[in-house]
Order: sequence, then structure tokens, then C-alpha cells
Amino acid sequence: MIVLKNVRPYGEDAVDIRVEDGVITEIGKDLTAGEIFDAQGAVALPGFVDLHTHLREPGREDTETIETGSRAAALGGYTAVFAMANTDPVADNAVVVEHVWRRGREVGLVDVHPVGAVTVGLKGEKLAELGTMARSQANVRLFSDDGLCVADPLIMRRALEYTKALDAVIAQHAEEPRLTVGAQAHEGETAARLGLAGWPAVAEEAIVARDCLLARHVGARLHVCHVSTAGTVDVLAWAKARGTRVSAEVTPHHLLLDDSRLATYDPVNKVNPPLRGHSDAAALRQALADGVVDCVATDHAPHAPQDKDCEWSAARPGMLGLQTALGIVVKTMVEPGLLDWRGVARVMSERPAEIAGLPDHGRPIAVGEPATLALVDPDARWTVDGAALASIAGNTPYEGMELPGAVIATLLRGRFTARDGKVA
Amino acid sequence: MAPRDRGATDPAGRRELLTPGDVARTIARMAHQVIEKTSLDASEARPVVLLGIPTRGVPLARRLAAKIAEFTDVTVPTGTLDVTLYRDDLRRRPTRPLGATELPASGVDDALVILVDDVLFSGRTIRSALDALRDAGRPRAVQLAVLVDRGHRELPIRADYVGKNVPTARTEEVSVLFAEIDGRDAVLLNRGDTP
Amino acid sequence: MRHLLGADRLDADTALAILDTADGLKRTLLGREVKKLPTLRGRTVITMFYENSTRTRVSFEIAGKWMSADVVNVSAGGSSVGKGESLRDTALTLAAAGADCVIVRHPASGAAHRLAGWLSDVGTCVVNAGDGTHEHPTQALLDAATLRDRLGGIDGRRIGIVGDVLHSRVARSNVHLLTTLGAEVVVVAPPTLLPTALADWPVSGLTVSYDLDAELPTLDAVMMLRVQAERMHGGFFPSAREYAVHYGLNATRLAMLPEHAVVLHPGPMLRGMEIAHAVADSPRAAITEQVANGVHVRMAVLYHLLAGEEDQA
Repeated sequence: MIVLKNVRPYGEDAVDIRVEDGVITEIGKDLTAGEIFDAQGAVALPGFVDLHTHLREPGREDTETIETGSRAAALGGYTAVFAMANTDPVADNAVVVEHVWRRGREVGLVDVHPVGAVTVGLKGEKLAELGTMARSQANVRLFSDDGLCVADPLIMRRALEYTKALDAVIAQHAEEPRLTVGAQAHEGETAARLGLAGWPAVAEEAIVARDCLLARHVGARLHVCHVSTAGTVDVLAWAKARGTRVSAEVTPHHLLLDDSRLATYDPVNKVNPPLRGHSDAAALRQALADGVVDCVATDHAPHAPQDKDCEWSAARPGMLGLQTALGIVVKTMVEPGLLDWRGVARVMSERPAEIAGLPDHGRPIAVGEPATLALVDPDARWTVDGAALASIAGNTPYEGMELPGAVIATLLRGRFTARDGKVA
Repeated sequence: MAPRDRGATDPAGRRELLTPGDVARTIARMAHQVIEKTSLDASEARPVVLLGIPTRGVPLARRLAAKIAEFTDVTVPTGTLDVTLYRDDLRRRPTRPLGATELPASGVDDALVILVDDVLFSGRTIRSALDALRDAGRPRAVQLAVLVDRGHRELPIRADYVGKNVPTARTEEVSVLFAEIDGRDAVLLNRGDTP
Repeated sequence: MRHLLGADRLDADTALAILDTADGLKRTLLGREVKKLPTLRGRTVITMFYENSTRTRVSFEIAGKWMSADVVNVSAGGSSVGKGESLRDTALTLAAAGADCVIVRHPASGAAHRLAGWLSDVGTCVVNAGDGTHEHPTQALLDAATLRDRLGGIDGRRIGIVGDVLHSRVARSNVHLLTTLGAEVVVVAPPTLLPTALADWPVSGLTVSYDLDAELPTLDAVMMLRVQAERMHGGFFPSAREYAVHYGLNATRLAMLPEHAVVLHPGPMLRGMEIAHAVADSPRAAITEQVANGVHVRMAVLYHLLAGEEDQA
């Protein structure tokens, strides 16, 4: 039995919360117990759920493992993460997804849910055994070829249709491949000046529009990964208004950063989809506040130093995100007044849990609910140090940046997984 | 010490060693020395060329030539020789702009070349000039004329014509001003950092 | 100046100082039998070419040698560069071996900037000899030197840059340098070969046109860019023939230029494609002068990088 003293659920009035057997059993004043955790007025939120994480195991354990990624997740306030399928071997079969699921359970710091590949080998040609993965121990409910787009409209249609029977959702990495041949950076004034081949916004928007039409046509659900352009926001608003079952995520880096950072050619800023224009970032923040974009997902993508400390075109795209996500959301959404703490709970926990169909995450902070929580000191400020992050890789674009809001503790079903900045 | 104490001290703390009148007289004397030593006015005089080293060797060479013409009716071909690319101290200072090298149309081959500079100090500029001159042609002989010799030689170099010998401390600076560049003629001594 | 990475970072004073030095070097060496200056004795210059470009590499090599630097050529074929060693390791190795200056040509935009970053602690300076589709600053400087010779100046002149601007580092460097020096630059190309949002570039004096014939009578100089073979098959325009008809500089178009106007081409030329045979060989063309100026400009760049105090900003 633990009592969390002096916590403020959703940033509201301070209370004490009693936790027994992983469940919240009492919320009140002046509760006592054997173990007391004095939260000193920290904001209590439901534990965060990340629909988009690259844990790199199996295949690139030199950059991240399920264990180190789980530690980063716990320290970042996450209690569930979805591990993308672009591992080596690809998570396109029951064996690999069950391995990831089991390793996650063994580590036990965060619920690791493997994402299954939509097509065999992420090749976009032939559907993977979605049903077998759904019925495996890993209970896969989210499928994605992330990193690559399911570009063939017929394959995408079949995938959307087929998953209807599995109560699952296809998460699309929207990137028209012909429009992005050789693409290195957001197609705009900056990339043109820097001589970097353009990744045009329309390459994302065209696929999102097509997929929304397909999803509506076949009556399936669609999830759009890492929305990056103002145009995609318009497409989503239009599709949602006409009743399409579409949800969408935005990454912290697309909320905060833009392509003005590219002038140094430092590939720490290289990511796919690329950092967009200043006005795109502003549109994404507004869309997240309005609910047109449902949630925040990190697209946490560890990379080895040799894959980043090189020339721009040779570098791999992606950046770390699990431990900095909350700070970026506070900086971009809470501080400017676009979201309150209930809003943070919605975009970081409740909506992603709902989209992925996780019954015991993103729950209300109430008696009888699982004690799966993130406790946040809203007044703390900390400086990002890539080497100090829990991931093996250090490729954070926020190096040296001061971020507001620190996770002081994370609880998964009543057990501390992180406490005072350390993995518990 | 009398000459050094003669001049007035300007607002920047520089003492005037030579007044405009002194400069004119000194150049005239040097011109006479050149005429005498090179037998310029002799009937079968061999060619003489004056090469000014930028920046202030250039006006000095022109004035010497003018004085020589005034005294002898002989026009001495005059040119400029930039030594920047031949310096051995380039890395000790900010990047220097190049000066002009303009040799007289007659060239320098087989001529007596008189290098002309404002101040002779370490001798390194003249060493650079000798290297530059070697790449420019093959003079019969080379001589050196300077308005001020302030001592502190670091190389075995001496001037053939000296307007004025000025004993200095190493920390002091000697500035030669010419009206063409600086708006007035003068030779100034700046005591540098010493109080 | 610590490195020469791009013309976008050159201010007018620095650019003019380099051009003046190039002029001075040209005059100094004019008519000399022995083209050797002792200025950079004992300094080591390494050319590191990850793309074949005999003309640029040789131009730098001659520039270094005429200044008495020790010039070592590293080519991607004959070294560990070809064995998959990273650019960073190669650069650090060459710096540790004593390179005072690394001249790099690389297919990746920004490669020279990355090198400069990795070498920031060791004092080796970097010259960008062409990075991807980004910049080729010494080409722009030699073009500017040629234009100064022919037109008497650059300020206030109107200069057309014609052709595959999208993929051209020469065009990018020239847009920056020529506008910095006060020229009006008009970029002429089919829309498919123009970079994005040119009008939004933070460059004053830059305009865009699709119509070469309309621009020619207004130009003091026209710079024809090479159309690379791979673009011809990339769907950027329907055919080589159609390109030549609309954007090639032929004798008829040459006649539309003002009397005094100059024709430039960075080479290598595709005669009959972007430039007609007769135009390339006409006295209006300054193409061989460009090559000669290339050596003097690169000598000047090495002088400004290597012949001053070590820790200049």
C-alpha cells in the first residue's frame, strides 16, 4: 500500500491518493500508510501512451534495446509504448511480435505493445499475416509499415478492409514515394537554398486524403502517423467532418521545431517526415488543441553516432523523443495556453489508449481505476543532455535546451517505474 | 639627443622628428647622393631604376626621381615592387592586401635597381624585396635608399642612402607621413607602450 | 576568413578583397617564365575529391603549387575514401597528418560545412570545391573576376543565369555573390528546373523568368549552365531538342544580346545543347578567361585563408 501525498489530479486541487494492489482505492485528505510518497503538489496525469516508438530490438541493439527504451519511457512518464515494426527481422509475423511482447514483459517498466507490419518485409506488396499477429500472445491491434508508406492504393484498401475483422487499426506513414524520390528536407525556401532535395507537403497530404477516402469507402479505421503539414490538418478536419473514422498523431518535434534549424546541416535535425515550415508547426499546435489531431506520439528513433555524425544525405532520419515529449508539450501547448492539464491527459494518454484499444491505460484518476500515473512537477526546468538520457543513442535535437515540466514519478499498476529522475 | 627633442609632441603623443621642411631637404640630399654615387649625369651612365616598396616607399621613389630630374635633367625610370607575397611574417598579422608591382617598361634586367622604402628596421622587408626582385628580373646591381634608419637589424642588410639615422627603442614606432597618402609630410616617433 | 564554405556567407568587402588579390596575383605573374611565389611555403593543402572534376581539381592544384604550398591530391578511387571510411574519419586523419587546408568536392550538400565543424578544433581550414547541389563558391568568384575584367564592374549590371538552376551549385553561389556585389540577377529556366520559392529567398536583386528571349536584350552578361545528362531523362523537360530550342544559346539569341554583353559557361559545355558551337567560340564568350581566372582566384582564396594570422575569425 502506498499513499501519494499532495498530488493535484489534472493540475486541480491537491489530494492524497491511496494505492492498493495496483488500484486507486481512496482519494482524500490526510491519508496515511506504510509507504508515503510526498509529491509536493505535482500534477497527476494518467500514464502516457506512445503510439509510435522505435525500440530497435531485434536488429539494432547498439542503438536501443527494449530494456533501455523501456527505461527512457518510464522516465518520460510513459506506461505503454507501441514498438514499431521496422526491426530486423521485421515484425511481420507472430514470432517477432511475441518476442518483443515477451521482452517488454520481462523488463516490466512499461507495457510494450508490438506494432505489426502491414505488408511482408515492409515491402508494400503482400499483406503480412495480420490475423495471426492479432491472435498471438502479443495481441497486436496496431499495424504499420512505418518508415515506409503503404503506397499501393489497392494494398492499402485491402489492409484497411481486412483489419475491420480484427478490431485493429492501420497506422499509415503518409509519404507518396514518387513525389519524395531522394527527398532530404521539407520542400521550401530553406531546402532549396541549402541544395537539399525537397520532400513536398503534398506528398503527405495526397496520401492522407486518399487513405481517408479509402477508409470511409470500406468503413474501416485509419490512423495517420506523425502529421507534419498544415495541409494535412485541413484534410483531416474535412474527413472528420464527414464522419471518416480517422485519427492522427503529431510528434513533439513537429510541434516545436522547423526547417530553420537546417542551416548547419547537422543531421540531428534530419527526420522523416522532415521538419516543416514555421507556419506548419503553428497549424499543428492549433490542430492538437482543437482535437483535429488526436494525440502526441514521439516517433522516438534512436540512431548510432556514425549514422548521424556524417554528411546530411548519408544520415538516417529520426530523433529521440521519449524523455523530452512532456517538456515539449508543456513548452508548446501548456505554456502558451493551448492546452490545460486535462488536455495534456487527453493527448498524451486518453486518446492514444483509445485509438490503440488499451483498456487499462488512459483511465480517469478515480477510485477503482488502475494506478497507472505520471506525476509531473510543472514548475521544474531542466536542461537536455543527450548523453544523460536513458537511451543508448544520444541523437536528441534538444541538446542544451531548457525544457519546462519534469516527470518526478511514473507508476504502472501501482508500482513505481520511475521516481525522482531514476528508474525505480 | 638634441634632434629628438627638437620636435613638438602631437595630441596622439607622437613626437615630430622631421618637419615638412626637413623631409624636403632630406630627400633633396638623398637625390644628390644618388646622382653622385651612380654617376647618373655622366655621359655613358648605365641604366638606373628606382623601385618604391608599397606603401610609402612609392611616393618616396617618385620624389627622389623628381629631385634627380630637377638637378640633372635625367629621368630615372620609376616603378613599384610589392613584397607582400614574399614576406616571412605573413602569419603574424591579419591577412594583408596585396600592393602593386609596376615595373618600368624598360624592365630591370641589367639595370642598377635602387629599392626605396620609408623606414629600415629589421631588414626583413628588404630581404623579401630582394626575393621579389629576383623573380622580376636580373638587375646588374641592387642598392637601397631609406628615409629613416632606426636600427635593430635582424639581417645583414644595410642601406646605401639614408635620409636620417634615428636611434630608437625596440618598443617605439617610427611613422613616416607623406602628403600624397597622409595629407602632410612628417616623420614621427611614437613611444609605444612606454610611459 | 577561417573557411570558404559558401558565397552566401561572403560579405562584399571580403569578396572584393579576394577579387583584388586575384587581380594582383594575375598582374604579378603576367609574362613570368617561372610562375612560383614563395608565399605558402611549408603549408600543406589537400584536395579531397569525392566526385570527378579534373578541371576544378587541377585548378586548385596549380593554385596551390604556384603559391609553393605542398599539394596532395586524395581521390575517392585511390584511398580509404573508396573503402567506406566515413567523411569524418578521413577528414580527421588528413588533419592529423598535418593538412593546413582541405579542399573538398562532395556529392552531398553541406559536406564542406560538416567538415568545417569536425575540424573546428584543429585549425585546418576548409574550402568548398562544390557540395552536392548547394554551392561552389570559387566558381562564383572566378565568374565575378571574369565579369569585372569584361564589364569593368559588377555593381548595377544585369546578369542572366540560364538553365538547370535547381541542381546547380554554380547558380546558387553566383546568385549570392553577384547580388552581394550589387548586380541584378535574373534566373531563367523552365519551371521544373527552378528551386522552390526563389522569390522568397533572402536575396535582394533576384528575379525569375521563364522566357530567355525576353531577357536577353536587357542583359550585360549571360551565364549558361550545363544540363546534366541524368536530368534529360528525369522528366524535367520533354526532350533535349525542345530544351535547346527554348533555352539554348544559339547565334540568333547571341545577336539579341547587347553589343557589350558577355557569355559565360562554367564548363564542361554540352555544345549544341545549352550553347551552340559558334557561340562558345565567339569573342563574346569568356569561357577560356574563366578558366585562367580560376587559378588566380583560387590562389587568392588560399592566400586569404592561409597567409594571415592563425586565429582570425
